[in-house]
Amino acid sequence: MKLEDKLFLDKFTRDERSHIDIVSDDVCRRCPDKPCTIVCPADVYHWEGDHIVVSYENCIECGACRLICPYNNIACTMPRGGFGVQYRYG
Amino acid sequence: MEDEKFDAIVVGAGPAGSAAAYTMAKAGMSVVVFERGDYPGAKNVMGGVLFREAVEGVFGKFWEEGAPLERPVVDQRLWMLGQESVVTAGFRTQAFAAPPYNAFTVLRAQLDPWFAKQAEDAGAYLITETQVTDLVFDDTGRVIGVRTGREGDLFADVVIMAEGINAFATVKAGLRRDFTMENAALAVKEIHALPPETINDRFNLRDGEGATILLLGEFSHDMMGSGFIYTNRDTLSVGVGAIVSHLVETKVRPNDVLDEMKKHPAVQPLLAGSEIKEYSAHLIPEVKYSELPRPYGDGYMLVGDTAGYVNFLFQEGCNLAIASGGMAGRAAVEAWERKDYSAASLSTYQQKLDDSFVLQDLYELRNGPAFFRNHREFFGIYPRMLNQAAEDLLTVSGLSKKTVGMSILRDLHRQRPFWRVGKDMFDAVRAFI
Repeated sequence: MKLEDKLFLDKFTRDERSHIDIVSDDVCRRCPDKPCTIVCPADVYHWEGDHIVVSYENCIECGACRLICPYNNIACTMPRGGFGVQYRYG
Repeated sequence: MEDEKFDAIVVGAGPAGSAAAYTMAKAGMSVVVFERGDYPGAKNVMGGVLFREAVEGVFGKFWEEGAPLERPVVDQRLWMLGQESVVTAGFRTQAFAAPPYNAFTVLRAQLDPWFAKQAEDAGAYLITETQVTDLVFDDTGRVIGVRTGREGDLFADVVIMAEGINAFATVKAGLRRDFTMENAALAVKEIHALPPETINDRFNLRDGEGATILLLGEFSHDMMGSGFIYTNRDTLSVGVGAIVSHLVETKVRPNDVLDEMKKHPAVQPLLAGSEIKEYSAHLIPEVKYSELPRPYGDGYMLVGDTAGYVNFLFQEGCNLAIASGGMAGRAAVEAWERKDYSAASLSTYQQKLDDSFVLQDLYELRNGPAFFRNHREFFGIYPRMLNQAAEDLLTVSGLSKKTVGMSILRDLHRQRPFWRVGKDMFDAVRAFI
């Protein structure tokens, strides 16, 4: 099963506002490995031409992204109360 | 709720927070618990195995009181995977199938509401869907309350931080440094639905018996990482985890590591025909003992993952969370009785941790995290060597056993010279004894 299909199984309450921000696109352009595009387990980060696109609606709130960005360029918080993933099994 | 004051505020309704809230409410303190999910457990994930002893210490005989448990663990297996082979070890006893039990498989989104309910029944006030964004301090630097996204500011004599590993409010307030990618592991997990009889057959179990498999080997790409398969009543919990910095330097996707493990010929038949119900991910603290934060100060205490209490070697977290939550709760009750919530008064929490398995085990394992980060052969080369040696030994080839034996020794020596093996073992003994 593909990752996007796995994520489709999870229950989300989607917020219209993102809880993740890229601080500076310039920093991402200079980042050689872009580890967020690999290690994020929910494929939230995609490199599209000249900047990172953040699919925050996919976020399953593990918090790894803020640890892996070598430049502390990901301002990641948790979704507002009542929003985001709602695990049924956990 | 502006300007209301409680005896205690607990931030986070996971097991640590509910253990603290339950202990305080039962003693008569007024307690409010904040939870950012729609319900306790909505954001929580673990493997997960719940060890009975520490939970009983706080919540009593929970297995008789309707706690949603999956199966008592009677069979614990270790699988060291080669490319298409496996070397296994394990321990099974019927003693673990009967009360008081040793451990249960659990699903956190279903279990955590039960713990929170115990706290509520004891008188604690649970507020869900509400995120605590900041702590409120007075002029002297004492924590006096919390700021929330929906309810404004709320005040209390003591605030217990049970936010989990990410602990945004705790870190923002400077009560703990943020963990780094070297001292956290990332785990991903799937829930696989199967009929209970199928699980019984595939894992050699009867109703009311559960098995756990810890997996090491090729799929971990020589990272400090492992996999797990746990039997629930009518689902399997299947996952992998690795140190976050190892994932970064190895440049592998956690989901790919999981899929690789699931494809192994020894694993695949266990999962065949299952329906995947959920995909989840979570960080796990793997903090050096010397880098654990001070878990108390003027008007606050840190419990569970927020304080970094996880025994990485024995894969225990939830029981340390509940034990530390219970101890923080008792320390708060003692502070309440003497009406002194200063750091000096709350330091009894540290004393209780020091006197218990929580910090004693973490102290004993203090060199463990560094040892395994520097000796990744235990996750890659050694499982590979074991599989190769077993295959060579058990392949009937027409050669004499002595010839085969010599050739195995030569092969092993080529893969890792014996002086290196000796040094690894010496380092291991030094790290853990």
